[in-house]
Amino acid sequence: MSVLTGLGRPSRLRTGLGFAGGALLLFAVAPAVLDDFRLNLLAKYLCLAMVAVGIGLAWGRGGLLTLGQGVFFGLGGYAMAMHLKLADAGPGQMPDFMQLYGQLDELPWWWKPFENPAFALAATVLLPMAVAFVLGWVVFRRRVRGAYFAILSQALAAAMVIFLVGQQGTTGGTNGLTDIQGFFGYDLADPVNKETVYFVVAACLLVLLAIVRQLMQSRYGELLVAVRDAEERVRFLGYDPAKVKLTAYVVAAGMAGLAGALFVPAVGIISPALIGVVPSIEFVIGVAVGGRATLLGPIAGAVAVAWAKTALSERFPGTWTYLQGALFVVVVAFLPGGLATIFAWLRGRRATPRVSTVVDGPAARPVEEGVPS
Amino acid sequence: MTLVASQFITGISIGAVLLLIALGLALTFGQMNVINMAHGEFIMAGAYTTFVLQKVFSDAGVSLLVALPAAFVVAGLMGVLLEILLIRRLYARPLDTLLVTWGVSLMLQQLARDVFGAPNVQTRAPDLLTGNVHLWTGSDGVELTIASNRLFILGLVLVCLVALTLVLRLTPLGRRIRAVVQNRDLAAVSGVPTARVDRLTFFLGSGLAGVAGVALTLLGPIGPTMGTNVIIDAFLVVVVGGIGQLKGSVIVAFTLGVLQSGVEYATTLSVAKVIVFVAIVAFLQLRPQGLFTVRTRSLA
Repeated sequence: MSVLTGLGRPSRLRTGLGFAGGALLLFAVAPAVLDDFRLNLLAKYLCLAMVAVGIGLAWGRGGLLTLGQGVFFGLGGYAMAMHLKLADAGPGQMPDFMQLYGQLDELPWWWKPFENPAFALAATVLLPMAVAFVLGWVVFRRRVRGAYFAILSQALAAAMVIFLVGQQGTTGGTNGLTDIQGFFGYDLADPVNKETVYFVVAACLLVLLAIVRQLMQSRYGELLVAVRDAEERVRFLGYDPAKVKLTAYVVAAGMAGLAGALFVPAVGIISPALIGVVPSIEFVIGVAVGGRATLLGPIAGAVAVAWAKTALSERFPGTWTYLQGALFVVVVAFLPGGLATIFAWLRGRRATPRVSTVVDGPAARPVEEGVPS
Repeated sequence: MTLVASQFITGISIGAVLLLIALGLALTFGQMNVINMAHGEFIMAGAYTTFVLQKVFSDAGVSLLVALPAAFVVAGLMGVLLEILLIRRLYARPLDTLLVTWGVSLMLQQLARDVFGAPNVQTRAPDLLTGNVHLWTGSDGVELTIASNRLFILGLVLVCLVALTLVLRLTPLGRRIRAVVQNRDLAAVSGVPTARVDRLTFFLGSGLAGVAGVALTLLGPIGPTMGTNVIIDAFLVVVVGGIGQLKGSVIVAFTLGVLQSGVEYATTLSVAKVIVFVAIVAFLQLRPQGLFTVRTRSLA
């Protein structure tokens, strides 16, 4: 096995079996075992897992700590919710909250294109990707990196929430877009349709997983890991690290957008509280706990953390916050490879190099601080 | 004309608060390159210290004066504890420091909720600091005033700034801090105890967060989430100002304050936040390393 993370290639047979097993679990076992309510919860967790897959690519592989995935999740979610609200209201009508808060007489111009389902569907993925492209292009091209990038992405999340809350008349403000009844003509109150939403979510997750796996196995994936571990060397070899990073960031944003779009029919609401600074970091927690540089770690971590949150926060809200904080501290500080590396470690320490190659090796520090004067 | 002047004064007072919050970060993030997300909770600790001291001393003025040094020490010690327990192990991994300290901030917020209750609490301001101070009367008869608590904060931030500059420039500790920032290895072989200097720098930076917390009690209620609300703006100030020195943060804090106040007057608060963010990203296009940089030959 290669020393560098992710450069080993598992056999096609194993990958195929893995995907078949995952599909069996998601499409046959879960619907058979779980009741309607829990299946719907699982749909919600799988949406969060989609965001995690993207973060795994951008952060785990590319070293881009993005603390603003909530922005892209929100853009996808709002694009979908805007269409569904308009569809609920009927042709030529306005969503209920606009008269209530906005005292608007007609639909704002930027709502109008979302009446078209094809436009709205495309926007759920392309809009986040476009925003990520613009921010990523200006940031990476000027070699703003590391902590600076993390803080900028977090500031974007904060700015977006303040903007949404401030424009209550056209965005629903703090409440967000709520009370979504239908999903492209199907009534969401019907359990059968809810189950269909689950299947759509599960299928999308598997497709995203296949895409990310392909990316990780390709030459591009190796380049991404190289940029994470030694950006300057990659530049000296003639590659443009900015483009490599930008690709990972845009792909991750598209995944978060799709996740947000599917979150809306699964949960029935999108609001600033679901996409702000805190939820954005919670996405990262799941990825860190599961194992940032692995393929399945982010999914497992995101689902486990979201499940633990639901299970514990209702009964012991205070305890959960302590536990969440402590879990995060312990995993990041003492097990940077995440829980995924525990199993590998137990299986004969095969993955130990993963821990040491993760972002910002110790060698980076003296170089940054060398001040000849 | 008076309108412009009054918006300018509002901007300066926003900038003063911003600078007071960012000053501690300019030390811990700017000098030590440690991203401490729990800095906001040290601000909160300073604010709650004021709240507790007001229960002890009934007079608002006395408790405020006692709270300033007390909050400095309380927040500073919390910072030292954090440095010893966690940050010390993570100097080589700045991004992981960010995540770990965010976990710490989550726990500190819940601790505040358990100890002081989830609802916000309020302190009383001393009589001297309520009301407005008259600056001058314009030719059109419009009076120009500044709220006296904001004037006090402006004074406080100037005192902190001067004190910090003096400590960094004139004292042996300041000389060691600068030596470690400029070249850690050379400082170490010259006999500077770098680990202890790190700890003291962190004490100073966290202590300043406590002082900022005391100042914030004059402006609004104290609550468990008050730190999170201000921390991102403070980080932006240090990022745009450029790390490794203080003057960048000073200029940027006041510029952002004036910009925010001006745009907010012309549009709304929410639009102003977005415009300020775009302005920051645009500025980083011109100077990716911030306003002032310590020149190095390193590639980073």
